[in-house]
Amino acid sequence: MRFCNELPAMDFLRSEKMSFVQLIIPVESAHRAITYLGELGLVQFRDLNDDKSPFQRTFVNQVKRCGEMSRKLRYFSDQINKANLAILPRPTLQPDVHLEELEVQLGEHEAELLEMNANSEKLQQTYNELLEFKLVLQKAGGFLVSAQNHAAPSERELDENVYTAEDDEGNLSLLEQPELSKKDGLRFISGIICKANALRFERMLFRATRGNMFFHHAPAGEHVMDPISGEMVEKTVFVVFFSGEQAKTKIVRICDSFGANCYPVPEDMNKQKQISREVLSRLSELETTLNAGIHHRNKALSSIGCQLWRWTMMVKKEKAVYDTLNKLNFDVTKKCLVGEGWCPAFAKPQIKDSLQRATIDSNSQLGIIFHVMDATESPPTYFRTNRFTHAFQEIVDAYGVARYMEANPSVYSVITFPFLFAVMFGDWGHGICLLFAALFLILRERKLESQKLGSFMEMAFGGRYVILLMALFSIYCGLIYNEFFSVPYHIFGSSAYKCRDPSCSDTHTAGLIKYREPYKFGVDPSWRGSRSELPFLNSLKMKMSILFGVTQMNLGIMLSYFDAKFHGNSLDIRYQFVPQMIFLNSLFGYLALLIVLKWCTGSKADLYHVMIYMFLSPLENLGDNQLFWGQKTLQRFQGRTYGILRTSDAELDVELDSAQEHYNDFNFSEVFVHQMIHSIEFVLGAVSNTASYLRLWALSLAHSELSTVFYEKILLLAWGYKSIIIRLVGLAVFAFATAFILLMMETLSAFLHALRLHWVEFMNKFYHGDGYKFKPFSFTSLANEEE
Amino acid sequence: MYGFEAMTFNIHGGYLEAIVRGYRSGLLTAADYNNLCQCETLEDIKMHLSATEYGPYLQNEPSPLHTTTIVEKCTLKLVDEYKHMLCQATEPLSTFLEYITYGHMIDNVVLIVTGTLHERDVQELLEKCHPLGMFESIASLAVAQNMRELYRLVLVDTPLAPYFSECITSEDLDDMNIEIMRNTLYKAYLEDFYQFCKKLGGATAEIMCDLLAFEADRRAVNITINSIGTELTRDDRRKLYSNFGLLYPYGHEELAVCEDFDQVRAVLEKYPPYQSIFSKLSYGESQMLDKAFYEEEVKRLCLAFEQQFHYAVFFAYIRLREQEIRNLMWVSECVAQNQKSRVHDSVVFIF
Repeated sequence: MRFCNELPAMDFLRSEKMSFVQLIIPVESAHRAITYLGELGLVQFRDLNDDKSPFQRTFVNQVKRCGEMSRKLRYFSDQINKANLAILPRPTLQPDVHLEELEVQLGEHEAELLEMNANSEKLQQTYNELLEFKLVLQKAGGFLVSAQNHAAPSERELDENVYTAEDDEGNLSLLEQPELSKKDGLRFISGIICKANALRFERMLFRATRGNMFFHHAPAGEHVMDPISGEMVEKTVFVVFFSGEQAKTKIVRICDSFGANCYPVPEDMNKQKQISREVLSRLSELETTLNAGIHHRNKALSSIGCQLWRWTMMVKKEKAVYDTLNKLNFDVTKKCLVGEGWCPAFAKPQIKDSLQRATIDSNSQLGIIFHVMDATESPPTYFRTNRFTHAFQEIVDAYGVARYMEANPSVYSVITFPFLFAVMFGDWGHGICLLFAALFLILRERKLESQKLGSFMEMAFGGRYVILLMALFSIYCGLIYNEFFSVPYHIFGSSAYKCRDPSCSDTHTAGLIKYREPYKFGVDPSWRGSRSELPFLNSLKMKMSILFGVTQMNLGIMLSYFDAKFHGNSLDIRYQFVPQMIFLNSLFGYLALLIVLKWCTGSKADLYHVMIYMFLSPLENLGDNQLFWGQKTLQRFQGRTYGILRTSDAELDVELDSAQEHYNDFNFSEVFVHQMIHSIEFVLGAVSNTASYLRLWALSLAHSELSTVFYEKILLLAWGYKSIIIRLVGLAVFAFATAFILLMMETLSAFLHALRLHWVEFMNKFYHGDGYKFKPFSFTSLANEEE
Repeated sequence: MYGFEAMTFNIHGGYLEAIVRGYRSGLLTAADYNNLCQCETLEDIKMHLSATEYGPYLQNEPSPLHTTTIVEKCTLKLVDEYKHMLCQATEPLSTFLEYITYGHMIDNVVLIVTGTLHERDVQELLEKCHPLGMFESIASLAVAQNMRELYRLVLVDTPLAPYFSECITSEDLDDMNIEIMRNTLYKAYLEDFYQFCKKLGGATAEIMCDLLAFEADRRAVNITINSIGTELTRDDRRKLYSNFGLLYPYGHEELAVCEDFDQVRAVLEKYPPYQSIFSKLSYGESQMLDKAFYEEEVKRLCLAFEQQFHYAVFFAYIRLREQEIRNLMWVSECVAQNQKSRVHDSVVFIF
């Protein structure tokens, strides 16, 4: 006990000590104070106006103004994206503008842009109309010419009526539909319509005129910009021939409702040519005007663009400050704002310093009062991490955020996680590949940090140090397993075995003989391919898995002891920790002991037999299975300890009764049921969890077998041929299989299994994980939120 | 296969049912309405809505807001959700979803036809149409002069065509005709939808038939009340009632001869489910009837979510969302016109 008490304080194991603080800030320095605190980023404010809706809060107008500004900024970035301008945010030397000035500036820019857009829209529309007119002239003119050639002379007579009337008006307005002559006869309307609508348009015309019309159409050939969506649309030029006044009104209406634009086309060839010339010249004029407009607009946009990021950040910060200010309460005198929140205890001097600066900078008469209060709710959990431990902490947090001041499993996970991974992924060839990947990510850290990565890459980058450790441990385990892409190497001296005869013909049948000292480190390369390879490796890996499992579970239970001791909970130590230790160690701990003894002594005892008959007939003689002196007595003693466990469970009830007086909301039956469930779960869990660690064996076996298959059945098979092409193909297939199946999928699966072993088998021994994270008000996290 | 939907429903309908239930949890709550009712300006409403699922739809609206913008954007959200579901749906759910929009289609047709009758601009009218009830050739409705043309030119291509078989006349369109056409169409639509749901069977039929029967009864009551004092004959009135529902057939006989509101009331009080609606109203008060019916409808729609493995949730969700948009429109109107005391007159809470 004394030893435990004298252990150094385990700071890494515990989350930061938090204090509940109250701030009383004079109104005049409030904004600055909150800004400074945001830069510091170590205070989490509590919402004191929870009952108020957002628009009833104090600084609602400022928040609204910020919202309006960010809307304008979004508009700008939209416009920049639409114009396809690539603008890098340049660090400008301009001093920080004040928010009010910024608001005015943004307003001006927006008005300017809107005006430019309106102008260019008008121009664009005219341009579109002219373009469409040009297309109609080209195509419809063609129809008319061919129609005239085929027309009977009598019909031509009728036609003339139409275009003599048009001659007068064609000059007056190019873009307006001229009044067709009132006289009867065959007339036509020409125009242009979206290709998608053309079919329905034709059908509608047919129905409306009861088939008394002739519809001719041809694709326009050129795409025309749709003024609303700004996309290029395919259009069809059409000409409708009809007769009668009523039909005309109907057709015009249908054209209207389908958004078809009608343009008059004179049938006279000379006239047509004249008009097309006019149209073309106006088109080129307009084009230059339009281009000048676009150029001007792009210039304006790029001048906005290089400031855009800075402005966005500024507005975001400002909005965050006002949002935080809205969480504060006015005190009775209405001269001060009162805020409450959490901060880590170590940060108090820094916070005081910032508040001091805020007071001085805003020339306030009154200082800001900062003091610690008592809180009823449990404090948030805050672990200080660096870029190395961050990923490991994330792995643990993904399971559940630690309760305040609870033992933090990620301290141990830093080593145990990559190690258990490597037990399953032991191959130093693959390990080296993984190492290169990790080193690539780490060496280019600076560069990759600022980039936007894909989701998979982002994940790999976030866990780069996890991957590094995983790779290092894989190399280590690979050396122990003696596998380099499943090929054994004689690195640490030569093998301890040799063939029975010089020809080595019976290696796979009769086996080898040992002739010298065991291989120095790891598995002897001669085991590879021998008859007893699998039985030997299986036995080794299985036992090893159980040893690791028992060790890690014991570590978990030990942590529960430190937790209980830290919180001064002697009940948990006596009635939870001690029985758990006894139970686990007298069953699986004992098994682990037997395994180690068997390895050391080279005994041939059957451990299944020992374990099973320890329960079935504890009094029987062990015979061959005796591993050490006094084993039988020990096993009988263990039987008795289970008896003790039974009584200690009963004692728990008594003890809890006495505890009842201390807590007001103590519910005996609830605690009793909870403890019952907990102990049943632990007993069942001890068996299933130990079995669960056998996945270490299973996965490592699968990995080595799979890589053997790839090596022997693909690479060696291909190498057996003389043809260089087959060899190359074999090499390529081997490389791909190694990269995608072994390096990516197997890594992922081993990762997931290691994750499970930590989350379930290790952490359920002590970890509650029902805390909540410390989320300080900070500008740096704001910048990361960039969507 | 009545009673066995649980076994196979999720193969095709499971994903969308989950989606629609998720959408439903995004409906505004009582707390939201309370906050909305306290708003002083439309800006406040926008600010409050930006914290809800309407946020992304409203955030890019420049500052002087109008009620129409709010309603338009909220409807846009509904339409987006509807389109998403329709894209994912397989038969017969996709047909079911399409059926839901036919009501809006009828309303849109009537809107356009009435508008052209009064010589309004087609574009302006199109903007007023409900986006759920849009169909491709809707703009060309303006071309038609009478119902026969209307049918022959435009509606023959739409799903509404079969409903038209009863009201093809060569008479010129006028207000009365159009109103009768609307109700005849609606009657045919409801009956068709009812038959379709019945054919689907299972819980869908059970719940949807109930909801549609309520809808039919409500329409019958509204037709009766609106036609009191007009030149519509009793027989014509009788013909506009849908041939199903709780009131069919005896209630319809009685409704057809009603001459004032209290007679309608007397007829409906014989039916227990409607008794509770009328018990809240004082005698001679017909203005609040709409709200009472809406409240009853919302209650029934919410109950549709209590059962699983049926299509009525889609219908219920879209109706609830529409009610929510009506509520928002009312609240925004009240706020915009400074009539905050009347906010509660027409808001139907959805819980």
